Amino acid sequence: MQASSSSARMMRISPMVAMRDAAGIAKRNLLRTIRLPGEASVLIIQPVVILLLFRYVLGGAIKVPGGNYADYLIPAVFVEAMLLAGMSTALGLAQDLNSGIIDRFRSLPMARSAVLLGRTISDLVRSVFALALVVGIGVAVGFQFHSSFAAALAAIALVIAFGYAFSWIYATIGLITHNPESAQVIAVLPVFILMFISSAIVPVDTMPGWLQPVARDQPFSVTTDAVRGLLQGGSASPSAWQSIAWSAGILVVFFIIAVRLYRKTNSHS
Amino acid sequence: MELMVEAEVLAKRFGPIRALAGIDLAVQRGTTLALLGPNGAGKTTLVRILTTLLRPDGGRARVAGHDVVADPGAVRSRIGLAGQYAAVDELLTGRENLELVGFLYQLGKAERRRRAAEALERLSLSGACDRLVKTYSGGMRRRLDLAASLIGRPPVLFLDEPTTGLDPRTRNDLWDFVAELVAAGTTLLLTTQYMEEAERLADRIVVIDTGRVIADGTAAELKDRMAGDMLVARVADRADLDRASAIMASLGEGAPHVDPDLQQVSLPTRGGTEVLIAAGQRFSSDHIALDDLGIRRPSLDEVFLSLTGNAGRSLAARPQAGTPSGLGREDTCKLPAAPRA
Repeated sequence: MQASSSSARMMRISPMVAMRDAAGIAKRNLLRTIRLPGEASVLIIQPVVILLLFRYVLGGAIKVPGGNYADYLIPAVFVEAMLLAGMSTALGLAQDLNSGIIDRFRSLPMARSAVLLGRTISDLVRSVFALALVVGIGVAVGFQFHSSFAAALAAIALVIAFGYAFSWIYATIGLITHNPESAQVIAVLPVFILMFISSAIVPVDTMPGWLQPVARDQPFSVTTDAVRGLLQGGSASPSAWQSIAWSAGILVVFFIIAVRLYRKTNSHS
Repeated sequence: MELMVEAEVLAKRFGPIRALAGIDLAVQRGTTLALLGPNGAGKTTLVRILTTLLRPDGGRARVAGHDVVADPGAVRSRIGLAGQYAAVDELLTGRENLELVGFLYQLGKAERRRRAAEALERLSLSGACDRLVKTYSGGMRRRLDLAASLIGRPPVLFLDEPTTGLDPRTRNDLWDFVAELVAAGTTLLLTTQYMEEAERLADRIVVIDTGRVIADGTAAELKDRMAGDMLVARVADRADLDRASAIMASLGEGAPHVDPDLQQVSLPTRGGTEVLIAAGQRFSSDHIALDDLGIRRPSLDEVFLSLTGNAGRSLAARPQAGTPSGLGREDTCKLPAAPRA
């Protein structure tokens, strides 16, 4: 028994092979996206609609320091677009778990982590596409970059990093629910709670005192504040570091949880 | 002879349900073993353990010489699995599905193309290879699923109810194809609910029910065990069923099966007309009115039903203890006791 379990360890698939497997799964997921464009476009349309509603319907009534609500709101919509597009991780994983295709993958001599890695990578590609679209529309409705190209790139990188870390929360939700319908309903909750209890739409100073610390230091707020700072040419430094710390923390914690859940799924279904 | 699949007292529980209660199994290289059993017997659970999808709670299993728990990676690179639910991607074409599987077997581009084309050809899917799988019929999906399980050229193949739900022609084609694979040296373990399928394909048949092996042998041996006739008595009044069963039991031929729905009691017997006459006299002296009393040859299905202790009962009505969807069903959906007439 001892000897055979050590040989099992030696049989472990190398990281290179795991990345190759993940790339294969990611390519398969992207092919599915192209052939089922309805699902992806809904996730992309959502942030666009929210952008337009806040900009033109509520924008006139909300006063922010500095005066230009478009410049205040639109960085938050970048973050939100990234998170909403990432919801497809929860949905896609739940669909796969439901369909039996996971059994095919699990019976193949491929890396166990490849299904989760491939899913988060393919969905990152989709989210970045959604983000590019929202940035374009943001500029069209009056958002202006007031900073250097490098600062703008750094801002986009922060958003993408936060979005990728968040996709592991979605993966966890998909693995817990095992069901596309509940996955979709549950996945939307953390985004909306984080977006509304944050500096995204209104300044935190306007909230009740007990809520302010929560709203100010949570990941959506610090990322949005960092992006605002970077894009407006102001100071971003504390928020940017906080955002990086949050993204790293979320990534590590939910990566571990998701991989554990995936293993458990193996032994129970 | 080399054993390609071995299981020793394999056990698995799902909560309160014992899906496998100590199964022993052995399949020799290049032969076919059919696992025959009703829904919920534990067939799928057993296949999932042998294909490393599920960990057993107890016992040991080796496939192609490798322990399924200690060395699952080695097992996976030597097996193919095709299930009752075709595990293929609907939004990919047939070819893309197979090339993805080839990619995940670490095959190079030229090799996975070649193997995919070859598998499509062998399973008569060449004409549909560039269509999305969602346009495929059920039979085509099942063939593609089988093709996917062959891409890695596995020495051991597991087929979980490969023909359930297929029309008779598709079923026959699939049988021919599988028989060719075995003739070419593949070791096959298949599960089925159909006696006919087991008889057609398998060198040995293992009948399992409620997680246990209840019979094991060649098709001929199993039939011999049941050789003889079936004495069947149908009572006119349902209330006489118990007394009729007692009479049949007293004939010394074995345990009778009672079917309340058909109001009949049946008994395997070798006693011929003497037993028939003896039974007739007992029913007559006990004043039990009969609609029918006779002797007939058992069908293969009756052999199976008799072995699994469900004579006359619908197979489909049993809870599916072996699958997750059936978890707890025995506890939550227990039928109320039948009302007394």
